[in-house]
Amino acid sequence: MNPVGNATDSKPRLVLTGITKRYPSVVANDDISLSVRPGEIHAVLGENGAGKSTLMKIIYGITKPDAGTILWNGQYETITTPSQARRLGIGMVFQHFSLFETLTVWENIALALDERVSSAKLAAQITEVSEKYGLPIDPYRLVHSMSVGERQRVEIVRCLLQEPKLLIMDEPTSVLTPQAVLVLFETLRRLASEGCSILYISHKLDEIRALCDSATVLRGGRVSGTAIPKNETNESLARLMIGGELAVCSLMPRQPEEVRLELDHLSLPTADPFGTTLKEISLTVRSGEILGIAGVSGNGQKELMAALSGERLSTGPMIKLLGQPVGDLNPAKRRELGLTFVPEERLGRGAVPPMSLAYNALLTGSRKGMVQNGMIYPTVMRSFAKKVIERFKVKCGDEQSAASSLSGGNLQKYIVGRETMLEPKMMIVGQPTWGVDVGAAQLIRQALIDLRDQGVALLVISEELDELFIISDRLMVLAEGRLSPSVRPAETSIGQIGTWMSGKFNEPAGRGAAGADPLQEVA
Amino acid sequence: MMFVLERRANPSFRMAIASPILAALGMMVTGFFLFSALGKDPVEVFYLFFVKPLSSTYDIGELLLKTTPLLLCGLGLAMGFRANIWNIGAEGQLTMGAIAGGGVALWFGDSDSMWAMPLMLLAGVLGGMIWAAIPAYLRTRFNTNEILVTLMLVYIAQLALSWLVHGPWRDPEGQNYPQSRGFGDAETMSVLIDGTRVTWGIVYALGLALVAWVVSQKTIAGFRMQVAGMAPAAAAYAGFSEKRNIWIALLVCGATAGLAGICEVAGPIGRLQQQISPGYGFAAIIVAWIGRLHPIGVIFGALLMSLLYLGGEAAQMGMSLPSAITGLFQGLLLFYLLAADLFITFRLKRVRPAERIDPKPVVTLKSAA
Repeated sequence: MNPVGNATDSKPRLVLTGITKRYPSVVANDDISLSVRPGEIHAVLGENGAGKSTLMKIIYGITKPDAGTILWNGQYETITTPSQARRLGIGMVFQHFSLFETLTVWENIALALDERVSSAKLAAQITEVSEKYGLPIDPYRLVHSMSVGERQRVEIVRCLLQEPKLLIMDEPTSVLTPQAVLVLFETLRRLASEGCSILYISHKLDEIRALCDSATVLRGGRVSGTAIPKNETNESLARLMIGGELAVCSLMPRQPEEVRLELDHLSLPTADPFGTTLKEISLTVRSGEILGIAGVSGNGQKELMAALSGERLSTGPMIKLLGQPVGDLNPAKRRELGLTFVPEERLGRGAVPPMSLAYNALLTGSRKGMVQNGMIYPTVMRSFAKKVIERFKVKCGDEQSAASSLSGGNLQKYIVGRETMLEPKMMIVGQPTWGVDVGAAQLIRQALIDLRDQGVALLVISEELDELFIISDRLMVLAEGRLSPSVRPAETSIGQIGTWMSGKFNEPAGRGAAGADPLQEVA
Repeated sequence: MMFVLERRANPSFRMAIASPILAALGMMVTGFFLFSALGKDPVEVFYLFFVKPLSSTYDIGELLLKTTPLLLCGLGLAMGFRANIWNIGAEGQLTMGAIAGGGVALWFGDSDSMWAMPLMLLAGVLGGMIWAAIPAYLRTRFNTNEILVTLMLVYIAQLALSWLVHGPWRDPEGQNYPQSRGFGDAETMSVLIDGTRVTWGIVYALGLALVAWVVSQKTIAGFRMQVAGMAPAAAAYAGFSEKRNIWIALLVCGATAGLAGICEVAGPIGRLQQQISPGYGFAAIIVAWIGRLHPIGVIFGALLMSLLYLGGEAAQMGMSLPSAITGLFQGLLLFYLLAADLFITFRLKRVRPAERIDPKPVVTLKSAA
């Protein structure tokens, strides 16, 4: 049964022709055309920065295209606002949710409705729709008490209440455990079978092959090809997406040496009322090994990073760096001991956006001879920055370019390079390849592996399970502020890690139903 | 025809320089209409405002004299503003510097001691620093808002001065005027240029502008403060202490404002009295912004603001305009500056209304099927 084949009979629901959007420094969409039929799940595939989000914002009326036409159910439309898009029957679930944490589910939904509905009636509607599509939520729960996956349900239900004819999902699975992904896919298939069209934005090839009927692939703002994902392999899709082969990096077995970082029952109450409290976190990282910490963001990742870097202080002995208690030392003192740190936020934390790359080297590199007697030595600073740019193949004007002028991937290469060339003994990396294109991601992962092979201890916190399976010697999962036991990637499965990601550490590390790779199962 | 604001890819350096000039033009154009509406000859007002204060050595001396406190306060404020530390109480720190330094002068009395002047200057600096240390301590210890604390301390300092000149320090032979005895020769700053009233204070101020430039551009301390202002999270990530920045910013401004205070009372005023500053500390906030928070820029900002003060006085006397005229011009200047600053990060772009493309049937789809 080929849903695309069936759908050819009906008229397309949405046709985009020649959509173009230019920004001051980049053409985000260049003459993009695309067509979706009723009941079709259509993937929009592309790397970060390929123009997927801009295109979706144009359809949803947030961004105005510079040129091009939108044909909706055979009618030309100029969509200027999201509320107009909603009236036409277009719904969108964003990657970053827009919910008020202090309000309940029904209050959040009521805010987005264009007309007034009584609370009882709305609550009943929410319950009905959410159950129908296998997304149970309690309309009277407060949003801050909900997990990220549950919040996504609220967003989806909010769209479904308006009975959309087209649902846009922007990278919906980045916040879900592998098991929750399966549930979401069921919901989407069900919606499609009722005639709703779905635009599914992602860069995850397995998911697209498992779910989507057809795909439009974007590269550098242009359509680089169209495909029926089921008939393609990951390799052929990746070629369309990045215009080249996927390189692979490999981890040679290596005997880890002395302990460089030790957390001993680290417990830390959250400073942010909606943050996560860290509970009894114990781990060790040795010289020459990479410890990967998996888990969905919002489960204490931010808090753990802050505790490790020293931006949040704890009691001394809870954190030991090279055998020395450092829990009560500030970031500068920890750096002096040989810790370097790549934060998940690049612009604004890892780098100062308006400053040049050279001055951004000074941000953490002052002890590399860039400062003597309090005076800055610009030549030392610039030559350090130049070396980082050269060794990590950072694409930029030169070391005087502002950090904000670099693409996400290039800035991340620069930050990883800077922290690497400070010759750390222990390096902590948060979301190394978030929003980074495939080529840069590969280079960054290899750089981390090279560091490990030189005997540096690394701790990597990442949401990308595939990535952690490639680069980690050992894996642990952070869920609800607690840390799972550690396991070697070869001795576990995506399924088991997925179960741990929902906080169930006591499930048998088994090979049962949860043991198999969920995505393989449905593919 | 429609206009839209579009974010620039990079902040425009040219616009950052042009913005204060545009603001000054906007101020003058508005002033032109305002004076015309009041029935005054705008040309004459402009002459009084912008030409007369530059027409003789004495007048230029007056210009530099008023520039001194504005420049000193502006330098200190700019340093804090760059680090997102909003000290708006330079006026209070100036007053406290005047009290401390003036107190030392009164203690020396009419002595010819060569120590009098250095100690007065030192006391002035320390007085301002102590006054600024209060908000620094409260902010770092209790996370109070320095905007409110510094502002309230202005009134406390002014009332303290008022109490002193009405009470314990009142000149016994002063016919009950609320002022202290006049300072002796050794306690008065010597005049820099004959035939004017301008003192060595302007030399100190210019020297400090140079020092501030070196500190902000060439030292790690200046870099740390700049990072704290541009990206607080990056400063925390790098391990730059926020508390240290707060202390430095406030103490430096306290010191320069305190110096401004003692230079005023030991210079043109020559005694302590109830009113020692026509709001230099507040006007210096505008000076710092007009100078783009850059030490060399602040010099020009201070000169312009000083001209406005003198012009306002001349217009009051020459054309019997109300004294509010100076404040009005200051306000206009800041108003236009903030408006023009928008175009550092944005540009105005002309767009044709609704680019409509003629509907035509779509046949060129490369269908997935």
